[in-house]
Amino acid sequence: MNTKVNLAGIEMKNPVTVASGTFGYGREYSEFFDLSKLGGIITKGTSLKPRSGNKPARVCETASGMLNSIGLQNPGVEYFAENDLPFLRKYDTAIIVNACGSSIDEYVELCRILNTLDIDGVELNLSCPNVKAGCMAFGNTYEGVKQVTSEVRKVLDKPLIVKLTPNVTDIASIAKAVEDAGADGVSLINTLLGMKIDINKRRPMLANNTGGLSGPAIKPVAVRMVYQVAQAVNIPILGMGGIVNGDDAIEFMLAGANAISIGAGNFIDPYTSVNTVKGIEDYMKKFNIDDINSIVGTAEMN
Amino acid sequence: MPVNEKAKLVAKEELILGIFKFSVVAPEIVEQAKTGQFIEIRVNDDIEPFLRRPISIHNMDRKSGKLEFIFQVKGKGTEILAKRNVGDLIDVVGPLGNGNFDYSKYEKIGIIGGGIGVFPLYELAKNAKNDGKDVSIYLGFRNKDLVVLEDEFKNVSTNFILTTDDGSYSKKGFAIDFLKEDIENGKVDSIYACGPLPMLKAVQKLAIEKNIPCQLSLEEKMACGLGVCLGCAVKTSDSTKEAPQYKHVCKNGPVFDAKDVEI
Repeated sequence: MNTKVNLAGIEMKNPVTVASGTFGYGREYSEFFDLSKLGGIITKGTSLKPRSGNKPARVCETASGMLNSIGLQNPGVEYFAENDLPFLRKYDTAIIVNACGSSIDEYVELCRILNTLDIDGVELNLSCPNVKAGCMAFGNTYEGVKQVTSEVRKVLDKPLIVKLTPNVTDIASIAKAVEDAGADGVSLINTLLGMKIDINKRRPMLANNTGGLSGPAIKPVAVRMVYQVAQAVNIPILGMGGIVNGDDAIEFMLAGANAISIGAGNFIDPYTSVNTVKGIEDYMKKFNIDDINSIVGTAEMN
Repeated sequence: MPVNEKAKLVAKEELILGIFKFSVVAPEIVEQAKTGQFIEIRVNDDIEPFLRRPISIHNMDRKSGKLEFIFQVKGKGTEILAKRNVGDLIDVVGPLGNGNFDYSKYEKIGIIGGGIGVFPLYELAKNAKNDGKDVSIYLGFRNKDLVVLEDEFKNVSTNFILTTDDGSYSKKGFAIDFLKEDIENGKVDSIYACGPLPMLKAVQKLAIEKNIPCQLSLEEKMACGLGVCLGCAVKTSDSTKEAPQYKHVCKNGPVFDAKDVEI
């Protein structure tokens, strides 16, 4: 039985990764299980300089999901390289850094540094809905995505995956921009922009008013978008959005994802990601699947 | 190091309307837990409600591995939890938090709690009393119907004051006024507080004014409970308007030095 996958040039022992912002830099979950069991770890969104993040309240629960507006709080790439990367490198798993910035120059400078680090790839964050500048501002037009990705491509030799926002009209055209700019893969979806109002206080629950919706509530949207992107591009897809078990992961792969990420699912059970690895294996046994790659994009449309 | 335990519910009791005390067997958590730490509970095996519920530890028995927590039914999650039956296994992650109550350097312990914030203070009072400290406890409730754990707290105190805002039971007024008086009379040399935000703010102000060491147990909307999602941010006092700095209730707290946080 083969569970190995190659995502945009990154060799992974299985298709299960953990999504940016839901796994920190691995330390906390390493107290629950051996991180080497994962195909890969996408780090917390990391910027050139430290960022302090948004005012609280930053999270709130919604139907089968949650809203967050963390605002990319992170210690910066320098701190990451010195303190977190050596820790992560102790594990036999792919390390992919989620890179975020407020301007093209910042993205380029950050990726120039990331190119020198012992990491397996970069996930370019063009999709965070919770910061004023950068990210989603670039990520919601074909031109914006193509421009940032092309500039980053010039300085980054490592595998480059671009993370897409679902807050667009035509996700397939945005994915095409990623491919046209020479990136190696796309990941989707980031969170859907949402709002929850406290009816007693008559004001939004989040201090930032709006936030990104994640969790099982968004899974059907994510599966649909993965399918649409798979029809539009030839580069590999890292699929995510509400996955909490092996069955969910298989669904994304049938839609066209070559690998998947567990996001908010990590919060409800520290073992969600490793249980998903097992769930995928169970599915393979049940249906006599020798190679997990053989099911990618095989859902037949009605 | 936090663990995930399936803890057997061995006793449940509705203390007053809508407030439940659960006793679970969680030996691995109890073995490690420090005073002031908390747990996160998954109320069912479903994806709805989605997140775990952070709940403070009320009382522990190291020998039997028993842990008690008290919660108020406030929404869907706590409603489901309240309906769990004795004998059920409850999915618990803990102990969580790194900021703990620490009274070791002091002798005259002043513990102040308000409303449902009094629950995490019991383990603290019990331990301080067992360690031979002077334990003054000040509990405030809105009215008579909301008074809980009076006898329990009385038993672990050397000086006990209970107030109701409307005077419908015990002393009328705010607990902090009695604490203030005792500080001025030299009966308290350190403060430990948990309760509604206005009370915590007043306690923080009082402690700084009187230059008395003070620890506050805080809460904030939380998701992971582990320090991963960075949701439960609390502003630290070294913040400036241009550069706010944050710590996190789950990772750096829930107990903070009153001087370190801007609440």
